[in-house]
Amino acid sequence: MAEISMTVNGRKVTATVEDRTLLVHFLREHLGLTGTHVGCDTSQCGACVVHLDGKAVKSCTMLAAQASGSEVLTIEGLAQDGELHPVQAAFKEYHGLQCGFCTPGMIMAAVDIINRHPNGLDEKTVREELEGNICRCTGYHNIVKAILAASEAMRGRAAEAA
Amino acid sequence: MYQTTYHRASSVAEAVKLLADSGDGKFVAGGQTLIPTMKQRLAAPTDLIDLRHISELKGISFSGNEVRIGAGTTHAEVASNAALAGICPAICHLAGHIGDPHVRHMGTIGGSLANNDPAADYPAAVLALGATVHTSKRSIAADDFFAGLFTTALEEDEIITAVSFTAPEKAGYAKFPNPASRYALTGVFVAKRPDGVRVAVTGAGEDGVFRAEALEQALSTSFDPSALNGISLPYDGLLSDIHASAEYRAHLIVVMAKRAVEAANA
Repeated sequence: MAEISMTVNGRKVTATVEDRTLLVHFLREHLGLTGTHVGCDTSQCGACVVHLDGKAVKSCTMLAAQASGSEVLTIEGLAQDGELHPVQAAFKEYHGLQCGFCTPGMIMAAVDIINRHPNGLDEKTVREELEGNICRCTGYHNIVKAILAASEAMRGRAAEAA
Repeated sequence: MYQTTYHRASSVAEAVKLLADSGDGKFVAGGQTLIPTMKQRLAAPTDLIDLRHISELKGISFSGNEVRIGAGTTHAEVASNAALAGICPAICHLAGHIGDPHVRHMGTIGGSLANNDPAADYPAAVLALGATVHTSKRSIAADDFFAGLFTTALEEDEIITAVSFTAPEKAGYAKFPNPASRYALTGVFVAKRPDGVRVAVTGAGEDGVFRAEALEQALSTSFDPSALNGISLPYDGLLSDIHASAEYRAHLIVVMAKRAVEAANA
C-alpha cells in the first residue's frame, strides 16, 4: 500500500491506497469527486483530464502515488464562491456540449489551453489543441466557440485587473 | 493492472539501487506508454521506480551550438523552449506534435528513447542529428543506440540521463500521423550538417528507426526537395499493417522527406 498526500482543489488530503490505484480512481472513488470521467480508459479520449501542478494531464494515465505531493485541480475546483469559471460560463452560454460526458475533460483542457495562450487564440489553434479530447457526439463546433469566447472574456478580465 | 509497488527515486544512483533491489522492476518516467501498457496487462513489473522527481535529469542547456536536453525534460518543455527554437526549431516542432497536449505535459525524451517504439518521433531526430545518448554508465552514439523494435543498447539497469547534439545548419521534420493514435505512420527527420546530410525515418521500418542512405546522397548533392524527384525506395524491410502497406510507406518516406527539407529551408 502507498501512503499518499496531495492538495486537491485547495484541500489537503492524505490516504493509504493500493500502489496500482490510478489518480482518476482515487479522485472518484476515494474522494467522491465524480466530475472527472473515465471515458476510454486507454489514454485517448481526455474525459479524465485534470490539472497536476497547473498542467493538464490524463488522470487515467497516472498512478495516484505518482501525483503524491502535487496540487491537483479537478472540474469541481473551478467555480469560485458559487460563480462559474469563465470557461464553464462560456460552455453554458454557447451550449458547448451535447451529452455532456466529455465536458469536464474539455473544460479542464480548455482552461489549460487558455492559460498557455495568454495573447489569445484562433480557431485553428483551438482545434489543434483539442487533439487529446474526444467528443463522441462530435459537438466540436460549439466547444470551439465556447473556448474562443472564454479566452476573450479572460483576457478582458486580466486587462481590467491590470 | 496487476499489483505493483511504487518507489520514488530522488537521484539516478538511488533509482539504480531501487531497481537492483526489486524483483522485476521497471523505471517509469512520464509513464505515458508504460502505464497504459500496464493497464492492458501487457506489462506487469513488480516494482515501478519513478524517475520524474530526479532534478539532475531535468532541463535544457547550451554551450555555443552544443545542446544538452536532460532525459526528464517533457515534450511540452522541449516544444516551448525559445532558445532551442532559435538554433534547432525542428526538434521543437517534433516535440510539439507528439501525442496531444496532456501527453506532452508528462512524456519525456528519455522515456521515449528508452522505449524505442518503432513509430515514436524522437528516435528520428536523435538518429538524424547524430546525437549522443548519455546514460548512468556511458555515452552512446545514436548510430549504436537503436537496436530494433522496442530494443536499444541500454542494459536493464541503465538510465538515460541526457541527449546532446550539435545544432545542425538546417533541419526539418515531417510526419504523416496515424489519424487515431498520432503516432508516425511515417516520419522523416532531415539534418544538414557540415559533414553531410542525415535522413532518419521512423514509423516505417520493420526494425524501427533507420537512415535512408539513398535520400542522404541525393540531398548531399542538393539540399532541395527537387533533389528527391524520381527516387523510389525498395519495400524490403518496411512495415505492412492494417494502417498502411509497405509500398505505401515507401512512397510516404519520399513525400515526408521532401516536406521535411521544405521545412528546413523555410
